[in-house]
Amino acid sequence: MKRTVLTIGGVLLACILLFGVLFAVTRLLMPKYRTASIEGSLTGEYYRDTTPHDVLFVGDCEVFSNFSPVTLYDAYGIPSYIRGSAQQLVWQSYYLLEDALKTETPKVVVYNVLALKYGEPQSEAYNRMTLDGMRWGGAKIGAIRASMTDGEDFMSYVFPLLRFHARWSELKEEDFSCWFGQGEPVSYHGYLLRTEVRPATETPIPPVLQDPHLPKTSMEWLAKLASLCRDKGIELVLIKSPSIEPYWYPEWDADVQAFAQQRGLWYVNMIDENDSIGIDMQTDTCDMGQHLNVYGAEKLSWWFGAELKRRYDLADRRGDAVLDAEYRALRERYETEIQRLTEGN
Amino acid sequence: MLFTSWAFLLFLAVLVPLYYLVPKRVQWIVLLLANAVFVGFAGLTGAIYLTATIVTVYLATRAIDALFRKQKETIAAMKATHTKEERKKARLGFERKRRIVLIACLCVNVGILFVLKYGAAIGRLSASLLHTPAFGQELALTMGISFYTFSSIGYLLDVYRETVETQKNPFKLALFISFFPLLVQGPISRYDILGEQLLAPHTFSGERFLSGALRITWGYWKKLIVADRLLVAVKALCARPQVYCGDFVFVEMLLYAACLYADFTGGIDITIGIGEWFGVTVEENFFRPYFSKNISEYWRRWHMTLGEWFKRYVYYPLSVSKPMRMLSQKSRKLGVGVSRRLPVYLATLLVWALTGVWHGSNWTFLVWGLLNGIVILLSEECKPLYARFHARFPRLTESVFYRGFTVIRTVLLLSSLRLLDCYATVKDAFGAFFSMFTTWNWGAVFRGGIQSLGLSWADYGVALFGVLAMFALSMAQRKAPIRKRIMAHGTTASVCVLLVLIGTILVFGRYGFGFDAGQFIYNRF
Repeated sequence: MKRTVLTIGGVLLACILLFGVLFAVTRLLMPKYRTASIEGSLTGEYYRDTTPHDVLFVGDCEVFSNFSPVTLYDAYGIPSYIRGSAQQLVWQSYYLLEDALKTETPKVVVYNVLALKYGEPQSEAYNRMTLDGMRWGGAKIGAIRASMTDGEDFMSYVFPLLRFHARWSELKEEDFSCWFGQGEPVSYHGYLLRTEVRPATETPIPPVLQDPHLPKTSMEWLAKLASLCRDKGIELVLIKSPSIEPYWYPEWDADVQAFAQQRGLWYVNMIDENDSIGIDMQTDTCDMGQHLNVYGAEKLSWWFGAELKRRYDLADRRGDAVLDAEYRALRERYETEIQRLTEGN
Repeated sequence: MLFTSWAFLLFLAVLVPLYYLVPKRVQWIVLLLANAVFVGFAGLTGAIYLTATIVTVYLATRAIDALFRKQKETIAAMKATHTKEERKKARLGFERKRRIVLIACLCVNVGILFVLKYGAAIGRLSASLLHTPAFGQELALTMGISFYTFSSIGYLLDVYRETVETQKNPFKLALFISFFPLLVQGPISRYDILGEQLLAPHTFSGERFLSGALRITWGYWKKLIVADRLLVAVKALCARPQVYCGDFVFVEMLLYAACLYADFTGGIDITIGIGEWFGVTVEENFFRPYFSKNISEYWRRWHMTLGEWFKRYVYYPLSVSKPMRMLSQKSRKLGVGVSRRLPVYLATLLVWALTGVWHGSNWTFLVWGLLNGIVILLSEECKPLYARFHARFPRLTESVFYRGFTVIRTVLLLSSLRLLDCYATVKDAFGAFFSMFTTWNWGAVFRGGIQSLGLSWADYGVALFGVLAMFALSMAQRKAPIRKRIMAHGTTASVCVLLVLIGTILVFGRYGFGFDAGQFIYNRF
């Protein structure tokens, strides 16, 4: 009897030890996204902010690069957060929003429509960057199932070691420094700050569209996103951020306009508003017209904040002690980073 | 369903408890259904061919059995009323009928295998000769067909020779032919060894389960840590024979030797371990082959069940067949030695040619088989010479140094022959082999060459560790089976070893997204 108990105890202890070691190894081997592909940190960073948000941005790189929550708060007292990541597909945006709505109910959700052009899962690497940071729940499961490309399997999301085990030979300093800790956030309420100026020198010639319409799947997911917002009493705003490339076709624009009109939503194609916003693609872009730098993002946020305030009667939350403290700290970090990057440039 | 897939692990996780939860008398039915699921996953075409084999072998063996019984009854009844000559005539009549049944069944089953294995190649050959469109290009081997066809033929011949009892229940025969762990890459099993075990009731044993788990995990360890890692470099080397020549070929020989060993023995370990989980002892297919001192010994220790099959069902019957006896008689005028050797040597070469073509339809396999046969015959011819050498230098030939030399010599010789397995054409393989003696480029190998093969130094380090671990284990096995020694230390120690193996596979294995932890090399044969 004693021997059996000892054996069972020994086996259990060995199993616990193995799981402990594997947990630690998984933490070590998972990419930290702190010096390269830092967009991979964005999804997870959302959970670190506990303040409420009146405006929630969802979408791809055109939201996390082009809007500055610091400016929105400083100028209009609008607390906001960007739930965006690289090539964030529309169904990923849907599930990220569903996940966010479990803990907060913003007044306005802003969705950038560029990713509607993708009707199918695109890239495993971008999937991982968007989905690994999500907290576990129905939304994450749904997002994974909708996003998996060929060769991916659900198990590797449950046990990321199955995906990242081969990273043992390419570990960097950050993998050890952020082994169990999170380190400083890389974003400013989801905004990835860039100060470089790389002017747009030429207008690219867009390839001819094979199908003039946006994929049906994308539009169905957009309809789901609209229903989700409507059910929660949230205003959904559709935007197309200013950019020169990737090209936003008039045919796609017409599809989104028709969708918005049908549901009574505000859709603004900011490419047409460049002059009123004051965007100059010679000074306000960090990569030749694909994304805005911090100067462009601040201009855009000034303009868009005013529009949001006017259209949705958003309260000025400045004076709220908790929010003021949060945004003061955020601004300090933001300005320090601008200064550091500007000196670096 | 690949051994390396989640689906397979889930399949086992459901099947093993189910097997022991059902009443013992229906355990074999659970296994049979599991076989059906496993085969079903591989596709309908494979299932149809497998069913055809089961049905034809069943009908043929039942017919042979019935003819035997009828023969006995008839001869017994004739004993009082008929002459010896008449009885002999009747017996020969029955024998002829049995032979017709046997040949018909062999034709069907060998025919299916032949068409699937060589149909596309024959189509290409005829197209090039006749300048017509190639036919049969859609033909492809289905899972396990080379292995289960040989097992089935073995059973058929055993029934024909009356060395095993005929299985009267077609489903029980189906269980033997389609036993799923053996479908991936063998071993080629015999009915007298496996048949009864599969049908016998089994009680769950924790010790056996743990022992099986150790064997399975060690199999996965070899496959995922060593074989799949080295295969990347081997494939890169084979793909560009013009670039990777000279000393790269020597590197390739060594890498492929380790890769193939880890892959094939790893797969067999998994098969044997799974067998243990169901209380079935599957035959061993390897006995430390790389410790062989000559090529004949190597082939007695590598893919043992295939060698045994050819010996039992082709070599021996062929050596004593009527045409061979006649050949022996006719060649007497050339001398006693020649007449004694000729049938044996012819049978040897024929068996090796068949072994070669069993591996594939490419000419490289035929040449590989024949070269193996020639080397074995040459060694046989040189035996007196060796004996004189051993007698002259007894201290040298008994030394560890000499034994090590013979082992290394055998490994290098086999690795050279295996180049035919690596390259697409015989010309490429021979070109690569001879380039080792004409191109000296060790500098290029170590100045970035070896790193251009898709593996990092860290990968080579892990592979080297894996190879050393396999070597150390083989050395340790010489005293006693390593699993027994581990199990003797108690359950906790065994579980610890198991967990260490699992942990290292999870971290260092080549699997998951971006890796091709796919089929076993022998699965394509």
